[in-house]
Amino acid sequence: MKFGVLVFPGSNCDRDAAMVTRDLLGQPTRMVWHEESDLADLDVVIVPGGFSYGDYLRCGAIARFSPALRATLDHAQRGGLVLGICNGFQVLTEAGLLPGALMRNRDLHFVCDRVHLRVERTTLPWTQAYQPGERITLPIAHGEGCYFADADMLKQINDREQVVFRYAAADGSLTDDANPNGSVEHIAGLCNTRGNVLGMMPHPERAADPMLGSIDGLRLFEGVLAAWAGAAPR
Amino acid sequence: MDQLVTQLYRAKIFITLRPSVLDPAGTAVQSGLQHMGYDNVSQVRIGKYVEVTLAAADEAAARQQLDQMCDQLLANPVIENYRFEMELTL
Repeated sequence: MKFGVLVFPGSNCDRDAAMVTRDLLGQPTRMVWHEESDLADLDVVIVPGGFSYGDYLRCGAIARFSPALRATLDHAQRGGLVLGICNGFQVLTEAGLLPGALMRNRDLHFVCDRVHLRVERTTLPWTQAYQPGERITLPIAHGEGCYFADADMLKQINDREQVVFRYAAADGSLTDDANPNGSVEHIAGLCNTRGNVLGMMPHPERAADPMLGSIDGLRLFEGVLAAWAGAAPR
Repeated sequence: MDQLVTQLYRAKIFITLRPSVLDPAGTAVQSGLQHMGYDNVSQVRIGKYVEVTLAAADEAAARQQLDQMCDQLLANPVIENYRFEMELTL
């Protein structure tokens, strides 16, 4: 399975993501500079965290016009897998690949922490390694991770079961205290209707190497690899 | 060769959060103003102001382009509204 990690000026989690797919999963991985426009060799495109193009105007707003992101939209259209992490999630919402928007955190602070998440959907290639309703712990590090969608959009998102992760307390309950940034309905990550595009504020790549204390995030990458192996033509 | 006659316009674009969207920064500033003694302040909403200077054949063409710029980049329709004022510059 071949992975590509987009690199914008200002990306800073690109090498962490590649370390997981190349070194921990042992899969071919290449870095994709933002000026590249041919991603036909890739199975998975990762849009990493950071501050693409300085996050001027709005987070992720400029990145969506890059050749690499246009190619990513084509890749998604063809059914290719796309994972947006943190700034990557912001880029995917700005590009219209995922619904809603990410805004300034409720308490205005940059939050760097580890949070509990409830896995809401395990029928996706991304999450098939998790149990339905399972609680996992992943790091977050963002100032603009407050997910917003208006009532109509939220209804559509819920009707189509697009919510993949919610911020939750250790017991899985959705308390106010467990919501680190004020996201509507505690949404931490969601997919498109087709399920091939996932965006999430938490960092699975930072919880992948056992040396760093948790492999809750590695299971996301292992899951997608297993799904692909199962679906690959013989 | 025909020379296209264009005018230079300056647009003042005001981008504001949609009323349904919470504005935590505005709320923080509101609380600051109230601490200063401005008890009569009941709401503060913070937006963005952008100036764009552009050449266009006429005002209608300039307005149409500005609408597109706002829809495609300057504002995010999920969370923001925009309006603009325009003037001819010399």
